Amino acid sequence: MTGKTLGKIYIALILLFLYAPIAVLIVLSFNASRSRVVWGGFTLQWYTSLVENSSIMGALWTTFGLAFASALISSVIGLLGAIGIYSMRRRGYQIMLFATNIPMINADIVTGIALLLWFVRFLPLGFTSVLLAHVTFNLPYVILCILPKLRDMDIYQYEAALDLGAGELYAFIRILMPQILPGVLSGFLMAITMSMDDFVITYFTKGAGVNTLSTLIYGEIRKGIKPEMYALSTVLFFIVLLLLILVNLPYDRLFGKIDTTRRDL
Amino acid sequence: MKKLTTVVLIGSMIVSLLSGCGASQDSAESVPKTGEVLTVFNYSEYLDPDMLDKFTTETGIEIKYEEATTPEELYTKYKSGGISYDLICTSDYMCKRLIDEGEAQPIDFSAMKYTPNINKKFWDFNKAIDPSGTYALPYFWGTIGILYDTTKVSGDIDSWDVLFNGDYAGEIIMQDSMRDTFMITLKYLGYSLNTTDESQIREAAELLKKQKPDVEAYLVDEARDEVVAGNATMAVVYSGEAFLGHLYNPDLEYVVPKEGSNVWIDSWLMTKNCTDTEAAQKFLDFLCRPDVAMANFEFIYYSTPNDAVINQMDDELKNDPAIIPSDDATSVCEVCTTTDSATTDLYNELWKELKAQ
Amino acid sequence: MNRSRSRLLGVPYIIWVIGFTVIPIFFIITKAITDSNGSLTISNLTAIFDQLHRKALIMSVELAFISTVLCIILSYPVALILRSSHIRRKNIILFILILPMWMNFILRILAMQMIISNNGIINHVLKLMGMEPLKLINTPGAIILGMVYDYLPYMLLPVLNSILSIPEDIIEAAKDLGSDRMHVLTRIILPLSLGGVGSGVTMVLIPSMTEFVIANILGGGKIQLLGNIIEQEFTVSMNWNLGSGLSVTLMAFVLITSFIFGRHKEETAAGLAL
Repeated sequence: MTGKTLGKIYIALILLFLYAPIAVLIVLSFNASRSRVVWGGFTLQWYTSLVENSSIMGALWTTFGLAFASALISSVIGLLGAIGIYSMRRRGYQIMLFATNIPMINADIVTGIALLLWFVRFLPLGFTSVLLAHVTFNLPYVILCILPKLRDMDIYQYEAALDLGAGELYAFIRILMPQILPGVLSGFLMAITMSMDDFVITYFTKGAGVNTLSTLIYGEIRKGIKPEMYALSTVLFFIVLLLLILVNLPYDRLFGKIDTTRRDL
Repeated sequence: MKKLTTVVLIGSMIVSLLSGCGASQDSAESVPKTGEVLTVFNYSEYLDPDMLDKFTTETGIEIKYEEATTPEELYTKYKSGGISYDLICTSDYMCKRLIDEGEAQPIDFSAMKYTPNINKKFWDFNKAIDPSGTYALPYFWGTIGILYDTTKVSGDIDSWDVLFNGDYAGEIIMQDSMRDTFMITLKYLGYSLNTTDESQIREAAELLKKQKPDVEAYLVDEARDEVVAGNATMAVVYSGEAFLGHLYNPDLEYVVPKEGSNVWIDSWLMTKNCTDTEAAQKFLDFLCRPDVAMANFEFIYYSTPNDAVINQMDDELKNDPAIIPSDDATSVCEVCTTTDSATTDLYNELWKELKAQ
Repeated sequence: MNRSRSRLLGVPYIIWVIGFTVIPIFFIITKAITDSNGSLTISNLTAIFDQLHRKALIMSVELAFISTVLCIILSYPVALILRSSHIRRKNIILFILILPMWMNFILRILAMQMIISNNGIINHVLKLMGMEPLKLINTPGAIILGMVYDYLPYMLLPVLNSILSIPEDIIEAAKDLGSDRMHVLTRIILPLSLGGVGSGVTMVLIPSMTEFVIANILGGGKIQLLGNIIEQEFTVSMNWNLGSGLSVTLMAFVLITSFIFGRHKEETAAGLAL
């Protein structure tokens, strides 16, 4: 066996490792028997009971709503913040950069608990508390996606526009914004992803009756097997697959982007 | 291209968000929302979620439903104050603790229509934790015992001994619940499960530590499903799990060991923070209604104190000792009462040591 | 751009940072240095050295360390192999390797649970083949497996990124100068890839040290990691002071570790951004 074939086998094994569990979930979602190992025939019943299950559907909408709202809010505050940080002098810049990194370096559990302790003092836990928590941990990602774009920005074009008589705001919107927009969009998408996948912070800061997919699934796992969960996994997997294919079509640009970012830092 | 797809994505998310809001609307038959909200705290898998929707449809009162797996978790979440609960369902000794600490409000049972459905036996039962009979509404009751796979065991299973003698090492699931695990150990050792004698409790802790390597897992609600799925041979479970266990896997049987066990009752309390007492009482009354109580019973198959439900049951169910524990079984069982804080602290410490081992 | 005016734009963010990052940390530290009566104490901070907690801490560090090393060992060959293969397929394979990262991580652990259960898929297949079932779940090994499964993509991405972007010219030059494959690997690829490995380690080591979810689902309640103990102090034992104390010690530990490794998640975050 040549080295090349061995290599391909190895990669295939890794892929198997990563995907076997997911494949199992998908197959079991169509299993008529509740058993995890015995095939009881093909059925779509778990999918129908999934849609009829109000708590799962509720959690689904909560998750999307939370992700979207927190991504939106953190993108706005983050964009303004990134511009603010970029314009600071050295000391302020370094302090703010450090402060921005804190939620990312800190363990989830510590962030979640710290927020819980703080919220309990003045805010009843509910959707709002989770939303605030999500914005808090999304902001660093947004800012760190936008900052590099600000640094790469061509300020001379802007100044040229000003010289030619454009107003400041107009020049900003027409010249600078398009250059940083990819960063804003990346930040927005990062925020949505982080929000949708979060468990620990949501677990500590959510209120009664508020459940995201993660907390709901965690609760359901502790209760016992629910085949609706398998159906849910399958649906989510294909949604994610579709989303990623859509957003990643010009994929070879990924390498270019990562490269420049690395050299900058 | 990327910008376009991203915009499309965002757009579709907005659409899904809006349709999500629309999806939560009730059918045309429902009573309009009154704006009242009840925050209800219960054990997990203990109330049919369809009944919550039914309540909202009939009364317009919204329910925010929160779940916990053990009494300790419930107590902690309640006490932490982050969420203001209106109604709590918890176990006997925890009910007593909350009542003694002044956390419960009296409920006007006379104003409720369906509470007479609850058999007098259980009101008496609750006198131990609620002497005035004004705070706690019985919900479900039962015993603790062993659920086991008859095809995988040899000999009779009638004693707690099987959990501790090493015959079934690696095949046992114990409860991830502090009091329950200690309770059965104390009973096995021949002590009262309400003992405050430190040496007895420590003896139980030592036995549990010795047993730990043989224990496959410490679980609460998943225990039954693990035995059903064949991942373990036996598990310590509540009597209510027995019926469903047997239903999913006919080889499974339930037994209350001869050394005795715990007979428990879970009741509803109205918290002192509850302001909308009328709505809360409506909900409690709703739970006692024959059709609702029947639905909840069929959701979990625990022993119900509600006569109206028992009368409606098939004979097969009525005679099933898992559904209605026989007097023989309950006669060897003790009720768990609360303990003083020193003993509770001792339990906490020993439990932590056991888990950390 | 008017500097001072654009600096003002940052004000909402600064307020947010103070309000939701700084103040909560202040509160958790306060809770950590007081006891339930409100009097000052350092017992919560030193609690991590108690016998009970020490065991959990050691186990958490051990498991996290093993998982991280395993992730590195598994990822490195993937990067090397991909590097020397066709260009066309690279993107797609990268894509497929990263895809699981985007799936809800609890669902992925659930999937793992089903496979390694005592009567799960692996054991079922073994039984069918007439072999003895393996004791996989509810062991420290199960937790390591779960952590590696969960965090592997987070290590793959930066490692792949750093190795794949080593310019081919350097390798060519080295070969021209007489290096054999071993030399190229140890003297060129390895040093240049350390950046990626460092990022990967930050993304894996720290979260896995503070894990409690995987331990709960795959550990059967038998294995207590530091994350579990902290979680239980908050949800079961009601000892918030102790829980905070342990969290603060954890936070200090984590900050020190990330300074040692020197990599900020910044880089990987930007790398993760599409």
